[in-house]
Amino acid sequence: MRKIIMKRILGEFRNIFSLYWPLTKSLQTGLLLLTGIAGLMSARCPIIHWTTLLGLVVSLFLAIAGSTIINMWFDRDIDARMERTCNRPLASGKVSPSEALRVGLVLSLLGVALAIFINTLYGLVVFTGLFIDVIIYTIWLKRRTAWSIVWGGISGGMPILAGRVLGMNQIDGVGILLTIAILFWIPTHILTFNMRNFNDYKSAGIPTFPSVYGFSITRLTIALSSIISALSIGIAGFWIGMQWGFLRVLGVLSAGLFVLAIMSIRKPSDMLNFGLFKYASLYMLTSMFLLSIYIR
Amino acid sequence: MKISTLNRILLFFTALLASYQVAAGVDGMSVIPMLAYTIGFGILLVACLMLIILGYDALESPTVAIISTIIPLSLSLGLVWEYLPSIHIPYLLFTLMGLLSITISRFIFSRQLSTLILAFVHGTAGLVIFILPIVVSINRLIQPIFIFVGVGGSLIGIGGLLLYFLKTGKPIFPRSIILNVFPALMFATTLAFVVGFSAFIK
Repeated sequence: MRKIIMKRILGEFRNIFSLYWPLTKSLQTGLLLLTGIAGLMSARCPIIHWTTLLGLVVSLFLAIAGSTIINMWFDRDIDARMERTCNRPLASGKVSPSEALRVGLVLSLLGVALAIFINTLYGLVVFTGLFIDVIIYTIWLKRRTAWSIVWGGISGGMPILAGRVLGMNQIDGVGILLTIAILFWIPTHILTFNMRNFNDYKSAGIPTFPSVYGFSITRLTIALSSIISALSIGIAGFWIGMQWGFLRVLGVLSAGLFVLAIMSIRKPSDMLNFGLFKYASLYMLTSMFLLSIYIR
Repeated sequence: MKISTLNRILLFFTALLASYQVAAGVDGMSVIPMLAYTIGFGILLVACLMLIILGYDALESPTVAIISTIIPLSLSLGLVWEYLPSIHIPYLLFTLMGLLSITISRFIFSRQLSTLILAFVHGTAGLVIFILPIVVSINRLIQPIFIFVGVGGSLIGIGGLLLYFLKTGKPIFPRSIILNVFPALMFATTLAFVVGFSAFIK
């Protein structure tokens, strides 16, 4: 009897997990979490404080996952109209909106509360990120202006700033540079999606850079953003005293990004554009890894 | 043609080897060799990432011929700078002029002439990478393991030839075979270079 109950509970848990996990956009949440870890490690490496690291991982995961679920809840009508997103659990009606909102709010609150408990300034940065993402970006600006991505970028830059703040107990120049790097990396991500799914966004009535300013301006924006992002990470790496070897790797990868960006402006194509987007993501992942393991 | 998972894995490990060489393999060298090796292995690293991301379509770009020449040119410059000090300025000039003429010739000269220039510059650099490490190792100027740089030089030469024939539309093997072998060749080349250059690590 107990076995059957346990099996049923486990089955129910698996069912809930399979519905809610996609709502957290695990890949995006994972990458943002990684930036937070890199921010912390950039301040303390090579000394690892496991309790602080664990606190950061749990609080950031809760806050990011919570805000993502709230965003999904708010955007469920748009998602239902777009081919790329119509199968998401909320858009397809597999999860009830009120239940998703409750889960999103609870996760967000838990994340912010834990963050404030760990360190007040760190908690405030986490809260700022969540506020900008949910209120300013998603609820206020996303459906009104193509420039909303700037705010999306700022909120995306908050996890790395939070990590740095947790390590340094202050907001410093390196933290701001790292935030700028993420802020300018986000457009390469969002704008590429905007171009690849141009018709989807148009039919959903979302103003995007390609629909407002055209494809060539958008490509130029992506290229310039990639360059500024790479430069910011490079300067931050130099500033924190990263080993020359690691700086050389960053320099090489930045040069690759720069060449791709120039090529995508000179001879634009879907393939090159997608390549730039993928390369920029890989670049960000590698930079975060290098920031995390660098040895003074 | 789609790139297989095994080939993606091989390219990933090639990228890792190249990034290791950029990060750790050139420490303690003088400025020009360090810069030259960083450029050579850096291009190898970025090329692998592009192949992983875009697949074999990345090889269709007209810049491939120029970029693939920079690798042997920069590696050979590093070697000459360290072991043939008497000719390092003429070789630096050869490297710069070679790269410049390959780039310009593609726009102003006939296809035949530009191919001839490419073959001359690429071939000379390849021979330097192949022969110089062997001579240096035999003369015991460095540990015998350095001979692997020469092995890498010969492999990169084979890779360059295969790419060249593919680009000119006269492949000596079927296109699918060349493309399938290419990642393994890049991996073997980079591995040989990394093993060879480990002779510098104290």
